[in-house]
Amino acid sequence: MQKWTTLTGNVMPLDRANVDTDQIIPKQFLKTIGRVGMGRGLFFDWRHDPAFVLNQPQYRGAQILVAGDNFGCGSSREHAVWALADFGFRCVVAPSYSDIFYNNCSKNGLLAVRLPEAELQPLFAAATLTVDLVAQTVTHQGRAIPFEIDPFRKQCLLEGWDDIALTLLHDDDIAAYETALAARR
Amino acid sequence: MSIQPKTLFDKIWDKHVVCQPAGQPALLYIDLHLIHEVTSPQAFEGLRTAGRKLRRPDRTFATMDHDVPTDPRPFKILDREAEQQLSALATNCHDFGVPLFDLDSPEQGIVHVIGPELGLTQPGMTIVCGDSHTSTHGALGALAFGIGTSEVEHVFATQCLWQSRPRTLRLDISGRLPAGTTSKDLILHIIGRIGTAGATGAVIEYAGEAIRALSMEERLTVCNMSIEAGARAGMIAPDQVTVDYLRGRRFAPAGADFERAAQGWLALASDPGASYDQEIRFQGGDVAPQVTWGTNPGMVAPVDGVVPDPATISDPGARHAAERALVYMDLRPGTPMVKIAIDRVFIGSCTNARLEDLDRAAAVVRGRHVAAGVRAMVVPGSRQVRREAEARGLDRIFREAGFEWREPGCSMCLGMNPDILQPGERCASTSNRNFEGRQGAGGRTHLVSPAMAAAAACAGHFTDIREW
Repeated sequence: MQKWTTLTGNVMPLDRANVDTDQIIPKQFLKTIGRVGMGRGLFFDWRHDPAFVLNQPQYRGAQILVAGDNFGCGSSREHAVWALADFGFRCVVAPSYSDIFYNNCSKNGLLAVRLPEAELQPLFAAATLTVDLVAQTVTHQGRAIPFEIDPFRKQCLLEGWDDIALTLLHDDDIAAYETALAARR
Repeated sequence: MSIQPKTLFDKIWDKHVVCQPAGQPALLYIDLHLIHEVTSPQAFEGLRTAGRKLRRPDRTFATMDHDVPTDPRPFKILDREAEQQLSALATNCHDFGVPLFDLDSPEQGIVHVIGPELGLTQPGMTIVCGDSHTSTHGALGALAFGIGTSEVEHVFATQCLWQSRPRTLRLDISGRLPAGTTSKDLILHIIGRIGTAGATGAVIEYAGEAIRALSMEERLTVCNMSIEAGARAGMIAPDQVTVDYLRGRRFAPAGADFERAAQGWLALASDPGASYDQEIRFQGGDVAPQVTWGTNPGMVAPVDGVVPDPATISDPGARHAAERALVYMDLRPGTPMVKIAIDRVFIGSCTNARLEDLDRAAAVVRGRHVAAGVRAMVVPGSRQVRREAEARGLDRIFREAGFEWREPGCSMCLGMNPDILQPGERCASTSNRNFEGRQGAGGRTHLVSPAMAAAAACAGHFTDIREW
């Protein structure tokens, strides 16, 4: 997994609440056994609209998506995160996320930043932002806005850890648990 | 010595913590891992690439549901990608020793229907699946939640997940549901009140007299849609309904083991005085039959109500969302819900495709006929449900009324198989999501209970089932 430290990138604003994963990537792109090339399905149904942000030349190459409340709600499909990452996004900034989407992000090196609604609103108009995971700040026009992130999640992103390898360091604990479980039966 | 009272959630969580290193989430042991064709292939591939084993194939069960056509069997799957995904699951299950209920199996069905039905789902378990509606299994008093594909791979390799302890939310529903209303109406009513993010980060425990009075199948419907309120999971304390439901099921304990297990299950109920991070109270008597009018499940109204006017919504974001939704749904503010005409009816999905659901719908359509111009289908949740329904003659009632009686699968809940809406078609659906394009690009979904869907099929428009 690609390590995350700091990023200065262009912003794409998506000022809508409750953007569900069916919108992020519709069902026809889920019928695959791979995880590459998902970017072509990103916001597929909304891309028919020429006015949709993804079709606006000024947002081409954006790496930071600024979105509304409850982003990524609905289906657990990790394809939504794969699509965002494949399209070139490395960070999403929103007031809140669905739990499953939020977890899926950090498994794929996509940083999901939570900011309070009032702090977030001005960012929809931002051209660029600097997101610093180490300092836990989003900087807009010289003003650094702090954000919260679970320390373990932060460390995994900073180190680019394969968390399965990390868990297997606890193999003895798991084996002991399983032994006790078998004895309880 | 005083013992701190615990909630149902606390009891299950505490029993499953393998370890919790300082500054880290808990490593939680997973008792049961259910998989299907759509969210597992990349996880199996990850195992192969890393040369890892699947740790507990005996705690892993697979079924085919999302991509499966619901045509009479046997059939040839014409969709090459779907066929590839289904054969990948068969190969992966074979290679890693995972039991699979494939299309030839008499147990095949929607993953959240067969888990409880086979007795795989049991009280006190931790259960995960790469599907957000895994919350369904909480109806039996399990801690069950949906995960992404990376986490599926993690469970394959370790039988564990890193989890931060979620907050707890108790929803107390007092009284009884009025005649004509069902647990589907109850959960839509709740989501309408607390919103689609109302329970984000929380595990819900549904409690109170109205919940205790529900059958197990009705409880499964409630817990199923916990995710539509944003919850991590939803659960209901095991009671005699739970014990009676599980007795005799294939994977449930048998004989003396069952009685011993049942004692343990009943002891999982939240202790008197246990505390929750949040509690919200509802009156069962306030619930009316519900119909969604918008593009998320919180956009819902009683059937005797009207399509709301966005102009009356004060929050600008919510107003804008409602305006967008009405454009997509092609609805005008003030239209009575009962005046909305429909083109399609779908009775099925992990929310409402169990025997009682089909029974209720059949009781409504018996001796009537689907309205002219309406196409209506019934898709049982599993082959077992289908067999039981046929033994009761429900298939004949539906067929004679002009419904299609189909083979089990996720079908038109999510449009990953040939059952989809055409652009502009309007559907009364017993499924769980009315998102834009969910049932087919440009399709318009209204979520309702099975009885309401059946009545809409016969009337050609929504109708108040209380006056049926």
